[in-house]
Amino acid sequence: MSPILEIKNLNKIYKSGFKALDDINLEIQEGEIFAILGPNGAGKTTLISSICGIGNPSSGTISVSGFDYVENYREVRRMIGLVPQELTTDMFEKVVDTVNFSRGLFGLQPNKLYIEKILEDLSLSDKRNNQIKSLSGGMKRRVMIAKALAHEPKILFLDEPTAGVDVKLRESMWDSVAQLRKNGVTIILTTHYIEEAEKMADRIGIINKGKIILVEETKTLMKKLGKKELIFSFVEKINSMPESLAAFNLRRDGDDFIYSYDEQSRNGLNSLIKAINDLGISFKDIETKQTSLEDIFVQLVE
Amino acid sequence: MNFQAIKSIYNFEMARMWRTITQSLASPVISTCLYFIVFGSTIGSKISEVDGVSYAAYIVPGLIMLSVLTQSISNASFGIYFPRFSGTIYEVLSAPISYIEILFGYVGAAASKSFILGTVIFITARLFVDFNVEYPLLMILFFILTCITFSLIGFVIGIFAESFEQLQIFPSLVITPLTFLGGSFYSINMLPEFWQKVSLLNPVIYLVNGFRWSFYGKSDLSPSVSGIMISVFLIISLLAIRWIFKTGYRLKA
Repeated sequence: MSPILEIKNLNKIYKSGFKALDDINLEIQEGEIFAILGPNGAGKTTLISSICGIGNPSSGTISVSGFDYVENYREVRRMIGLVPQELTTDMFEKVVDTVNFSRGLFGLQPNKLYIEKILEDLSLSDKRNNQIKSLSGGMKRRVMIAKALAHEPKILFLDEPTAGVDVKLRESMWDSVAQLRKNGVTIILTTHYIEEAEKMADRIGIINKGKIILVEETKTLMKKLGKKELIFSFVEKINSMPESLAAFNLRRDGDDFIYSYDEQSRNGLNSLIKAINDLGISFKDIETKQTSLEDIFVQLVE
Repeated sequence: MNFQAIKSIYNFEMARMWRTITQSLASPVISTCLYFIVFGSTIGSKISEVDGVSYAAYIVPGLIMLSVLTQSISNASFGIYFPRFSGTIYEVLSAPISYIEILFGYVGAAASKSFILGTVIFITARLFVDFNVEYPLLMILFFILTCITFSLIGFVIGIFAESFEQLQIFPSLVITPLTFLGGSFYSINMLPEFWQKVSLLNPVIYLVNGFRWSFYGKSDLSPSVSGIMISVFLIISLLAIRWIFKTGYRLKA
């Protein structure tokens, strides 16, 4: 299947010589949720801005459904909706007016039913005639999503959609995202909440210092780089490592013994437990710990 | 052409005008009334006719120009500066529209506002003083060209400005003095010869006199010179805008 978004050799070099994007190559498949992770200043927003026409890349090509982003910018932009990171909305307009404005700006005839549906999906119906300045931050964020969806885009960019949004609202936001994906919208998001990327995204791209250092399916990434640890605490204090356990390379942390394993080496688990049982040591507690995407991320970026 | 987008920007900007109707229309109208009371009735009654026209009628074209020039610039510069300032420009930049369409939307709305404003001032003036317009079609043409040209200049200022203060500087420190010294309230023939020559360096003098000529068929300068001057301004602002759009200057990162 040909990708819906294809980025080739994209570079952005500022006049100061700063390389914000360094030879980015990326393919996004239709219908997927793709998460871009990276520390502050890694180039996430620069990348999104370049695709959406807000920034001028220095070199490279971007195509959406086979349309070139310069030559066929109208076709490309019609397919893209953008929710920027900052809450930049007009203050004095009514919610419904600003959403209608967005639709018109993208060249579409007014469609009352469709706009009403968006407002309803985002729980904004009862605020439709409120001035935007009277809304809370979370509501404003949803107005911005409504604006981005007003022209029925095929690809939606969400730049830090849950930054500064409370837990409850964040969850409902992710429900909306899941709903959008069901409707066939391709979603590309950046986030600081790594656990959410882990939960939501089909694939994850990690960007650091303007370079994409890794693109992987979320599951594979977790499998490949995720390590598990089994932490044993025993009833009796054990002073020296019993000989029969030496082969398992246990690590000692105070009175606890830690056994590390990954997907490939998990069959050692049974023999370890059997060996401990054979020694007649009784367990006080057994705990398992899994490296999160966060740990992987820190590992990769550093 | 993405007409729907032009229409959206245009309507959005016009909606802003109706929302701020006091500031957009009432205050220029009130200040015009004040000018009429002070210059037209009080001082004007002491001045005999100028070029065969009563003084109060003589200042009408200049007064309309004064408001139209400053308001075209403020409206258009604010219209594009504000989205830059608040960040909402992202949406316009990410939309499938060309720079020309952006220009039509913003400048079209600013010029329309100036046109409405000028018309309102014209009607207000007519309540104070009796006058006839000699060449109505040319007057309207001249008027529309002025609205468009100065809205274009305003657009350029709105793109260059880095702060709200800078936005105010040009209309208040350049346009207003030039209009006052541009023969709005007097004929440059009243000046000593030296200052008459200096006045010719003031571009606004050509606008005011061209406009006045369309009212009364008389002016200090030839109407064709005025016509040429307004075309020159129009071309200069169009060239500036072409350059801005070509380089994406101050719009794109």
